[in-house]
Amino acid sequence: MKLTRRDVIKAQAATTAAAVAGVSMPGAASNLITSSKETELQWNKAPCRFCGTGCSVSVATKEGKVVATHGDTLAPVNKGLNCVKGYFLAKIMYGKDRVTQPLLRKTNGKYDKNGEFTPVSWDEAFDIMAEKWKTTLKAKGPEAIGMFGSGQWTVWEGYAAAKLMKAGFRSNNIDPNARHCMASAVGGFMRTFGIDEPMGCYDDFEHADAFVLWGSNMAEMHPILWTRLTDRRLSHPHVKVAVLSTFEHRSFDLADIPAIFEPHTDLVLLNAIANYIIKSGKVNKDFVNKHVNFRKGNTDIGYGLRPDHPLQKAAKNADKAGGSVPYTFEEYANFVSEYTLEYAEKMSGVPARTIEQIAKLYADPKTKVMSLWTMGTNQHTRGVWVNNMLYNIHLLTGKISEPGNSPFSLTGQPSACGTAREVGTFSHRLPADMVVKNPKHREFAEKVWKLPAGTIPGKPGAHAVLHNRKLKDSEINCYWVQVNNNMQAAPNINEEGLPGYRNPDNFIVVSEAYPTVTAEAADLILPTAMWVEKEGAYGNAERRTQFWHQLVNAPGVAKSDMWQVVEFSKRFKTEDVWPTELLDANPSFKGKTLFDVLYANGQVNQFPSSDIKEGYENHEAEDFGFYIQKGLFEEYATFGRGKAHDLANFDTYHETRGLRWPVVDGKETQWRYREGYDPYVEEGKGVQFYGKPDGKAIIFALPYEPPAESPDEEYDLWLSTGRVLEHWHSGSMTQRVPELYKAVPDAVCYVHPDDAKKRGMRRGDEIKVISRRGEIRTRVETRGRNKPPLGLIFVPWFDASQLINKCTLDATDPLSKQTDFKKCAVKIEKV
Amino acid sequence: MKKLITALFTPFAFGTAILLAAAIAVAEPKISTLRGSANLDAEEQAPRMGKIENHDQKRQRAYPQQPPTIPHDITGYQVDKNFNKCLDCHARTKADESQAPMVSITHFMNSEGQFLADVTPARYFCNQCHVPQMDVKPMVENQFVDMDNLINTDK
Repeated sequence: MKLTRRDVIKAQAATTAAAVAGVSMPGAASNLITSSKETELQWNKAPCRFCGTGCSVSVATKEGKVVATHGDTLAPVNKGLNCVKGYFLAKIMYGKDRVTQPLLRKTNGKYDKNGEFTPVSWDEAFDIMAEKWKTTLKAKGPEAIGMFGSGQWTVWEGYAAAKLMKAGFRSNNIDPNARHCMASAVGGFMRTFGIDEPMGCYDDFEHADAFVLWGSNMAEMHPILWTRLTDRRLSHPHVKVAVLSTFEHRSFDLADIPAIFEPHTDLVLLNAIANYIIKSGKVNKDFVNKHVNFRKGNTDIGYGLRPDHPLQKAAKNADKAGGSVPYTFEEYANFVSEYTLEYAEKMSGVPARTIEQIAKLYADPKTKVMSLWTMGTNQHTRGVWVNNMLYNIHLLTGKISEPGNSPFSLTGQPSACGTAREVGTFSHRLPADMVVKNPKHREFAEKVWKLPAGTIPGKPGAHAVLHNRKLKDSEINCYWVQVNNNMQAAPNINEEGLPGYRNPDNFIVVSEAYPTVTAEAADLILPTAMWVEKEGAYGNAERRTQFWHQLVNAPGVAKSDMWQVVEFSKRFKTEDVWPTELLDANPSFKGKTLFDVLYANGQVNQFPSSDIKEGYENHEAEDFGFYIQKGLFEEYATFGRGKAHDLANFDTYHETRGLRWPVVDGKETQWRYREGYDPYVEEGKGVQFYGKPDGKAIIFALPYEPPAESPDEEYDLWLSTGRVLEHWHSGSMTQRVPELYKAVPDAVCYVHPDDAKKRGMRRGDEIKVISRRGEIRTRVETRGRNKPPLGLIFVPWFDASQLINKCTLDATDPLSKQTDFKKCAVKIEKV
Repeated sequence: MKKLITALFTPFAFGTAILLAAAIAVAEPKISTLRGSANLDAEEQAPRMGKIENHDQKRQRAYPQQPPTIPHDITGYQVDKNFNKCLDCHARTKADESQAPMVSITHFMNSEGQFLADVTPARYFCNQCHVPQMDVKPMVENQFVDMDNLINTDK
C-alpha cells in the first residue's frame, strides 16, 4: 500500500503533538532512533565473495546478522566502490533454502543411490563416507578417489584439502574448478616465464596510455577494474581503448578501436601484430637481446578429447603438446611473416586498418600498453598459445614489468590465484609453483609436512574434465566436490558429468551452502559455512592476499570446507591408506590417524586459540582446540618464503587491506622482474625473468590451428557462453538475492536480428539451442546488451533451469586441460 | 514444484519427523530450488520474458549503502563514452526540471576523496551498480533481516 503525501504528514502531526503533550509514543512510531548505542553497527573488512578482482568490502553486523555491505573506502583495489553484486553481498547467505544439515540419499533408513535426501548427523555422514572411501582405497587404490575444489576455497581450505588428498590419501586426483577458468593462464606464465601470475598490478590502470581487451568483457565481468580503466580513459583524452571480441558487448561502449573477430582467429591477429612490430622496425632489440630466448612450439597437438575421438587420433603431437625446440629471432621473424595484415583481415574479418591501429599501440615505444584478458583467451583449445603470444608482443617491445606496460591476465574467482594456483590444488601441482612429478619438489613438500619420503605420489592426477570422464567410466568411485557447482559449470554434462555422478558404482559427496544442481546429482550433501561465516583468506589477480575474520555463525550445523576436510581425516588410520612398505620403513607413523599426521603435526596445531583476535568467533578453532587457520597458513607460507613467493606473517594480513607478494622485509612488490621494484632481481640486471634459469623469458613461435568444432551446414552457429554483470558464475548466490534475481531472472539467447528473422523468430520466442550433445530451451533476445554478429549466439550459464553446458563440447587445450566454453557448433529451432 | 523441498531445507521451522516425512513424500529427489520442476536430464518451457517494472516509484533500500534500483525502463538508453542518457535527468543541473533524484553526492568524489565539480569518471557507467527490476517473483525467498528490525526500541 502506498501512502500519500497527506497520510505521511498526518502521521507526523500525531507524533509531534504527542511529544509536545509530554506523552511518549511507542518507540516504533518515533521516526528517528537517537540512541547511538542502539544504531551502532559493527564494521569489519572482508574481500568480496565473487570475482578475482578482490575488492575489499565493509561488512556491517548486528545481533549476529550481516545487515549491510558497501565498498571499503580504505581499499586500494576498489577505493570505496563495489559493483551491483558486491553491494548486495549482505544478502547472499540468507536464501531461505540454505542447507543446514547433512542430507544422505536413503531408502528405508539405509543409504541408497536412488533414495531420497534424508537429514542425517555429521557422524552418520562421515561414517558412510569413510566406509566408501576405505572400501574403494582397498579395492582399487588411491587413483579411484577424487576431489574437486575451487578457486573459491579459502587459502587454508585448499591447503588442508590438497594435503589430505596428496599426502593423506596419496592421490593426486584433486583439481579445482579453476581448471575451467585459469589453467591456460597458468600454462602461459609457466611456459613463458617459468613462474606463475602477473608481473604487474592494478596500479597499471593509472599509468597506461592504451588498453587492449582480448576477448574480455570487463564492463560486466570485472566492473570495478572497468571503473578504474574508465576513469583513466575519460579523464586523460589521449588514452585509447581497443576492445576485441567475437561479439559486441558492454565494453564496446568505451571502445575507441572496436574489433569483432571470427572465433579462434586471435591466434592470427597476435601473430599479425608481432609481424607488424618486426616489419616496422619497432622491436626493442636491446631488451630482446638481453632478456628473451626464442623457441618454436610443437603443432598439431589435438583437442584434449577422449583418446578414441577422431580428432585426437589424427593429431600428430597429441602426446607431446608441450614440446618445443630452440629458435632464433630471424627464424621467428620469418615464421610470423606470413601473418600480414591482409591475411589477418581475411582470416579474422577485422579490417586491416583496424588491426594496424591496434598494432601501432604496441609498436609505438611512447605508448604504455596494458593488455587484458580472461576467459575469451583462457577458455580456448589453444589458450596457452594465446597467452604465450600475448607475452610475445609485450616482450618484442619490452613493454613489460613497469608501470603501465603490462600484459595482465585477469582472474574469474576470488582465490583462483591465492588458493588454486599459489597453494597448488591442481592435480599436477604443489604449493609455490612446485609440481608433483619433480622428485625434488616432492621431497621438499614431504620435509615441510614432516612426512616420510615417498608419501606424495609422483604421477599427476586427473584434471577436471578427466574427473567426469573417469566417473562415467567407473575409474573414480569416491568423489568429493567443494565450493563449486560443476554440474552447471562443466562442459558436456549430458554425456559426461551427469552419467558420471549418477553412475551406480560411484559415491558422490557435495559440500554446499545451497541445493544446487550439483547437490541434486550427489548422494550426500554436506551443509557448508560460507564467506564471513568462517575465517578466511583469498588471493586476487594482482597477487594480493587478503584476510577476514568470522563475523557471523553459520546456520544449523553447517561447517566450513576446511572443518569438513580436517574432521574427515580423523576417520582414517595410516594403515587404512598407506602401503605396508611405507609404514614399515617409518614405523613411528603406525597407528596414527591422518589428523595426527597432517594437522596435529606440531606445526599446524602450534598456535593456541587464544591467539584469535578478541571479539571474533572461530568455529573450527573451537572444535579442534587450536588456531588452525594460523597453523595451516604459517606451514603453507614456508613453501614460498625465500622463493619469490614470500607471504607476510599471518597476523599482518588481518591488519592490512592485503599485500601483494612477494612480501620481503614487510614490503609488498608491485612490479616483478624489474630492478628497483622487485627485491628478487639481482643488482645491475635491470630486468630479470628469474623464473627461468638464465633469467630470460621465451617468445614462442606458434601458428593458427583451427578450433575443435566449427559451424557446418546443420549446426550452423557458433555458441559462446559466459557471464552477466548481475550474476556470479552459476548464480547459486546471486540468484537468491531478490534485487539481482529481478535484474536478470532468466538466461536468454542473444541472436543477431537477421539470424533470428531468417529462422522466422522474433524477440521473446521460445527456442531450442541444440548441439550434437544436448539441448536447452530458452528465449530469443535480439536487442539486449550483447550484440552478436551473424553466425554466433551467446547464452549465459548462470541459469540452473537452462543448463547451457548440456550443449558445450568438452574439448580442452591439450596443454592446460582447460575447456573451450566459447566455441562449439549449435543450431537453434523454434519450439 | 519446489514447495516440499523448501520445507526440507528449513529445519529451524520444522521438526525432524516432519522433515523425514517430507523427504519421503517427494517422488523425485528434486532439490535444486533454482531449476523449476525439470529433472537434470530434462528440459521444461523457458519462462516468458518479463516486463521491466516501470512505475517510477522509489523502492525502499535494504540498507542505507545499497545503490537504489532503477524504477523505470532504460531500454535503448545511450550510455557510452560520448553520451550518458541517465545524466539527462539525474544530473544536479537537471533534477529540478526532471524531478528525478540527483546523482548521489558520493559520485562527485574522486578516488582521493576530493569533491569534483561534476560526477567522477570512475562512476560514469551507471548500470554497474544501478539496475532495473523485472516484474517477476524471486524463486527463493531471502531471509535477510533489515537492521531496523534488530534495533531494540524499548531501551
